Formats: sequence, C-alpha cells, structure tokens
Amino acid sequence: MNVAKRTFDAVIVGAGGAGLRAALQLSEAGLKTAVLTKVFPTRSHTVAAQGGVAASLGNTTEDNWHWHMYDTVKGSDWLGDQDAIEFMVKKANEVVVELEHYGMPFDRTDNGKIYQRPFGGHSMNYGQAPVMRSCAAADRTGHAMLHALYQRNVRANTQFFVEWNALDLIRNSEGDVLGVTAIEMETGEVSIFHAKATIFATGGAGRIYYSSTNAFINTGDGLGMAARAGIPLEDMEFWQFHPTGVAGAGVLITEGVRGEGGILRNSSGERFMERYAPNLKDLASRDVVSRSMVTEINEGRGCGPDKDHVLLDITHLAPENIMKRLPGIREISIQFAGIDPIKAPIPVVPTCHYQMGGIPTNYKGQVIVPKDGNPNTPVVGFYAAGECACASVHGANRLGTNSLLDLLVFGKSAGESVVEDFKAGNLSLKPLPADAADVSLARMARLENQKNGTDVHEVRLAMQRTMQKHAGVFRFKDLLSEGAARILEVAEQSLHTEISDKSKVWNTARTEALELDNLIEVAKATMISAEARKESRGAHVRDDAPDTAENPNGRDDKNWLKHTLWYRDGNRLDYKPVNLKPLSDDVEPIALAKRTY
Amino acid sequence: MSKRTVHFKIYRYDPDKDEKPYMQDISVELEASDKKLLDAIVRLKTKDDTLSFRRSCREGVCGSDAMNINGKNGLACLTDVDGLQQPITLRPLPGLPVIRDLIVDMTQFFKQYHSIKPYLVNNDPAPERERLQSPDDREELNGLYECILCACCSTSCPSFWWNPDKFVGPAGLLAAYRFLADTRDQDTNARLDNLEDPYRLFRCHTIMNCVDVCPKGLNPTRAIGKIKDMMVRRAV
Repeated sequence: MNVAKRTFDAVIVGAGGAGLRAALQLSEAGLKTAVLTKVFPTRSHTVAAQGGVAASLGNTTEDNWHWHMYDTVKGSDWLGDQDAIEFMVKKANEVVVELEHYGMPFDRTDNGKIYQRPFGGHSMNYGQAPVMRSCAAADRTGHAMLHALYQRNVRANTQFFVEWNALDLIRNSEGDVLGVTAIEMETGEVSIFHAKATIFATGGAGRIYYSSTNAFINTGDGLGMAARAGIPLEDMEFWQFHPTGVAGAGVLITEGVRGEGGILRNSSGERFMERYAPNLKDLASRDVVSRSMVTEINEGRGCGPDKDHVLLDITHLAPENIMKRLPGIREISIQFAGIDPIKAPIPVVPTCHYQMGGIPTNYKGQVIVPKDGNPNTPVVGFYAAGECACASVHGANRLGTNSLLDLLVFGKSAGESVVEDFKAGNLSLKPLPADAADVSLARMARLENQKNGTDVHEVRLAMQRTMQKHAGVFRFKDLLSEGAARILEVAEQSLHTEISDKSKVWNTARTEALELDNLIEVAKATMISAEARKESRGAHVRDDAPDTAENPNGRDDKNWLKHTLWYRDGNRLDYKPVNLKPLSDDVEPIALAKRTY
Repeated sequence: MSKRTVHFKIYRYDPDKDEKPYMQDISVELEASDKKLLDAIVRLKTKDDTLSFRRSCREGVCGSDAMNINGKNGLACLTDVDGLQQPITLRPLPGLPVIRDLIVDMTQFFKQYHSIKPYLVNNDPAPERERLQSPDDREELNGLYECILCACCSTSCPSFWWNPDKFVGPAGLLAAYRFLADTRDQDTNARLDNLEDPYRLFRCHTIMNCVDVCPKGLNPTRAIGKIKDMMVRRAV
C-alpha cells in the first residue's frame, strides 16, 4: 500500500488546551508545524472545563506560590514531583496573564482585575482557610480558554490537520521518535507525518469507565500509541472521581458551585462534609469529598428512591449570583437533571473525571524513560503535555483548577523545549525506517479482513463495566485481583473486533475500533498498576490498607513512595523514585505529613 | 422513562456505496437511560455501525452534533428524544455540502469565521499583569463569547444559503461583534471596514432564524444590528 509522506519540523497531536498552547510557541518561532486533531480544535474536551484555572494572583485574597505549592504537594498525597510542582505554580501567573492578553474573557473584580473564586484543596497559609485562587470566566472557563487559544493560533497562522486521527508513533532502532502515522477521516487514507519533534497533547482516557464526565473523544489515543511503541505509562492507578457528576447522566457540575457557597447534603439534609473535613468542609480535596459521599451512600444516607446519590444545594444563594457566576451549571441541571438549582438541589454522584497518570515527562515536557540506569532519560524527539502526560504534578490526586494550569504551563514548556532543542541543533530529520507505517497498516488490514469477530460496542462496554466495578472510588483487594484477570480477557476480545462498515469515507465505526485499541491499553495499565499498589494514597484507597499509626490514612511511605511504570510488553511493572526536591533553593521540600482537611 | 421503541427517518449517503442520497426508515429500542436524541442515535449505531455523525462532549459545549431535527437545526445532545414527533426526521445541516450521512463539510462556515479576524488586537506593549476591564465592560461580552461554532444558526439562514461565500453569516458576525464590543480591542475601524460591503454584513435581512435555533440562546441578529449601528455612528 502506498503511504503518502509529509515532512515538518514538528508535529503536534491534539488541539485541546495543551496542544494549542504548544502550537503557539512553535508557530511564533517560525517552525514548520503540523497540528493533527481528530476534532475541530474548539471541540476538544478542554472546552468542557468549568470552574477555573489556578494562579496565585491574589486579586481578592492574599496569596502566593508557596501556598499553592504546598496545597498541590499535599493534594498529590506527596506523590507529585516537587520540581515540576514548583515550576508549575511559579509559572501560573505568567500563563494566566498571557491568556488575558490573548483576549480571554475572564470575569472581573470591581477594580477590573481577573475574578477569582475559592476551590477545593486550595488554601491560604498552608491549609488554614480557603483562598480565592481560581481564575474564572463564569462557569465556562475551559470554553473561554480553548476559544482564546484557538483564536490566537488563527492569528499565528498555525497549520491544522482537522479530523485526522493519529494511529501510531514511529520510532527508529535507537528508540528516537520520528513522527506519527495518521488517517484522514474524509478520505480514509493513511499518511506518515515525518518530523524532527513530536508533541503528544492527546488528552485523557476517561471513557475507560462506564460512568464518566469525559467526552466520547477521550479515548487515550496518545497513551495507546505510546504504550504500543514501548513507552511506559506512569501512575495509571490514580484516577480522579469528581464528586459532582449529575446522577444518572454523568455530566460535570463544577466544584466552583461549592466555591460559590454550594453545600453537599445527605438524606437528612445534613451538611455531612463537616464530619469528614472540619476545616475546609465541602472544599476539601476531591478524593476526600468523593469518598465521603460514597460512605454516606453506603451507610444508607443517600437520597432519592434508591438512596443512590447525594444533593448539591445552592438554593440559599442569591438567584442573581447563580445567573451571573454559574449560568452554565443552571443550564446543565435543567437539561440533564430536570431541576432548576435556584429552586431545588441537584442530585450528584462521584463520576470518573481525570487521569492523574500518563506518559512520563519532566517539567520541560520531554518524555522520559528508564535507560542505562537513569530512570529519567529523555526520548529524543518526543514531548508530551496536558492530561496525557504525567509531569508529575498531580501525583495521587489532582486539585481542581490545576488541570487547566497544567496544560498551559506544560503545553508552553513543551513548545519552548522543542524550540530550544531545535535552535541548539539537537533535533534532526532522521531517516524513516522502511517499515514506518507497517504497524498501522497491519491494524487497518486486520480490521478490514476480520471475520467472526467481536463487537466493538460490546467489548468497550465489557471494559467499562470491569473498570467501574473493579477500580472505583474505593478499591478492594479481591475485586482488584479479579479485575486484573478480567481486563486481560477483555483485551483479548479487543484483538478481534469486527465492523460491518467498510467504506473509506468518514468511517466512524473504524474510528471507534481504533480508539478501543487505545482505551484497552489504558484500562490494562490502570488495573495492573492498581492491583499492585498495596497501600492507600490519594485517589487509590484499598480496604486492606487502612488508617494506622504507622501508615496514616493507609499510606505506606516506606514501601510505596514511588511512581509506577507500566509496560505493555509483558504487562510488566517497574517503579522509580518520587522527586521530593524542589527545582530551586527558593523553597524547602514540603515534608511528608498525614493529609487532613 | 422505560424501554420504548422510537422510529427514525434518516438521511443516508455514503459516497463509496450510494449513487445518491436516500431516506432510511429505521427503528431502535431505547434503554431507560437514553434520554437525549444523541443517546438514541448512539444506541442506533450499536445496531447499524454504518450510520455516521459527529459527536463529542454530549453536554452542549463542543458543538459537534448539530443536525436538522424534524426540520429545525439543533444539537442532538440537548434535544429530549421523547419530546420529538415520530418518525424523527434527521438530516444534515442544510446548505453545506454533505460528506456522508449527517456529516457536512464545514469549510465554508469556518472560512467565514476566520474572515472576521477572530482574535483580540491590541498593539500596546503587553503589561506585566492583566489589562484592566470593568465588570460592566466585561458584561458587554456576555451573549457573545459563549458561541460554540456549531453552525446551527448560519445553516438556518437563507442569506447564508444563497451566498455562503460572500455573506459572513450569523455565527461569524456574532464573533465579529464579540471583538468590536471588547474594550481591550483596538481594531474597531479595520473590523468595520472589513464588513462594509453589500454582502458581508448587509445580506442579513433580520429573518431571525438564527435566534430561533441557537442552542445556547444567543442572539446573532441583535449583534448584527449593533454592528450596523456602529457603522452608522462612524459615518456621521
């Protein structure tokens, strides 16, 4: 089969927040750049972010990056790398102000500055009280941000390949990355994008779970491609369950609702978070709030006829404030819960939302792997940023509003690294191996010729049900080991998917089958990594790792203060140390402590 | 809502197979959890994987699943399936070339969006901190910046159908006013020059289909009126 080749200085896969931010660096530096995106850029899932982006601007309450760093390290349950966290929180003001200069329509304070609201886990003076750190455009911050970034890229003449799906990563025998293969939806043709640098900004994979706030497109394409090409995936056992998905629908209700004064209540109307987090209450960290909600439901204090959810109450807030600060939430509640939150509380349940793990990178956005005794050796020509990457700033639990910050800071940083490496002459166009497209073509041919195969929808559903049951908000030893076996059976079924649509043009059945190949790698990585981690930390809480004097909250720093690395080949695990040392001397390491809110 | 069967009449066209488009009669049994039209066509796709349509966020913010539903443009994910008269007739957005089934070629739509320079222009040196904007000035952007580029409006507009290459259309003009209304933008004159043309702006005949179909409740006609006002004020 003849495969067209296109050559660029850099190829970026994904045009959400991270991809667009990286693209700006490259376009403005004059690099010949291709941005591949499977949906039109403004349809990327960054668009659905609601509550805000963190930055210690201090526009309303006093704030500084030291407090933000402490909150982030504590939120990560000390699994985050402190060099990357210091880098991120120090850059926060710069990248948020840049966005404002790009035209992002932030809400404003009375004196004209960017409006900021409180958010879960963000505090002043090292945990004392909530701080106003989340920079917001009503409850449509992601939408406002994504459009502003796209618009800036229009100005910068960035070259987009819209509705092109990347298929596989191309590496040579030294392991250097040379680009990707991709298929154009409109023609069904496969091409090679040959480049000196490749940046993955492909987003998350929340669709491995049955109930998720994530869009249909969040299928972990970058993670699947990386895993198939021999790159390990880091800390994949850590998944964030957002406390407030609309019960039954899964659609997100921002934490900003609680930032504006919303309260979670159980069946007796009690503000139960006062018992679990006496200090920050409803604004405790997400993992803590989600577990508290599930405990309330499990102990019979859930709401509704099936006692299967709790209520998010904002009926005590002024209607004009709801209309001004939370208009999108009101629309969503009316659309998906049939409830006007001005008049009645919203039924909510914890819902899969965000993957803390991903493709391992350093704070420069370079993809790093263990090699020759160094656990953090950069892969030549390969960079990643945003939810698909693990820098690692979120560790075992991400704070709300740190995801939009992550994609801005590390999207920019990955772009800067490419530009620097390019100018320093460290990047060159290496010869393509003769078999560069063979893996992709074999996948396409297998799908084309499969007979008596499995059904894409059925296999995906089996995967989603397995993940939901075996790797949820609380984790159980027996369910984890059963789940690890079960997901491998589902993975076997995914090797034989069959589709009836054989057309070349806009074949979305084929797209869904190829996406399932990626999802299943993420599901395996999650199950295997979770089964192996024999402690409770952040979002990973096991019944056999309870709170003891030796292991506070079940956290076992002696044995498990380390990053997981899952390799697809051999379904094998490796580990590497957490970096507890900040990047500079401006700050002391945040010392290990028991996490309470 | 329990299990129930819904009946569809769907525009089908696959250029690899079909000489010309046709309307397909098809039914599907919905699960109790299938509430929106998008849930229903995703369910339908599990029975017939050849049905092609765009979708992503399923909550009305990405703008992917715009289509013509019983004769009116809308988002499948924000349309209650049980409120629709059956058979539910689904067609691609009108006025744009059909690529396959419910998928249209949106090139012309985005070309018009890009033509209005949809980005902030401010040539002053960037200050170290944010540019200040009063809450009242920021308020001017409400009802403008929320556009999701779904194209429901432009593809319901007869003026856009007749002149998609010359008339910017309601979505593009809403975006144009979004920047004209922004106190931080300095390109007002060039933006108005760019629209001062018998077609680009003035083909709007206030038919107001755009307002009627916008799934976000926005009002492009009002924005177009405000641009016209600015032109008049500039002329005197």
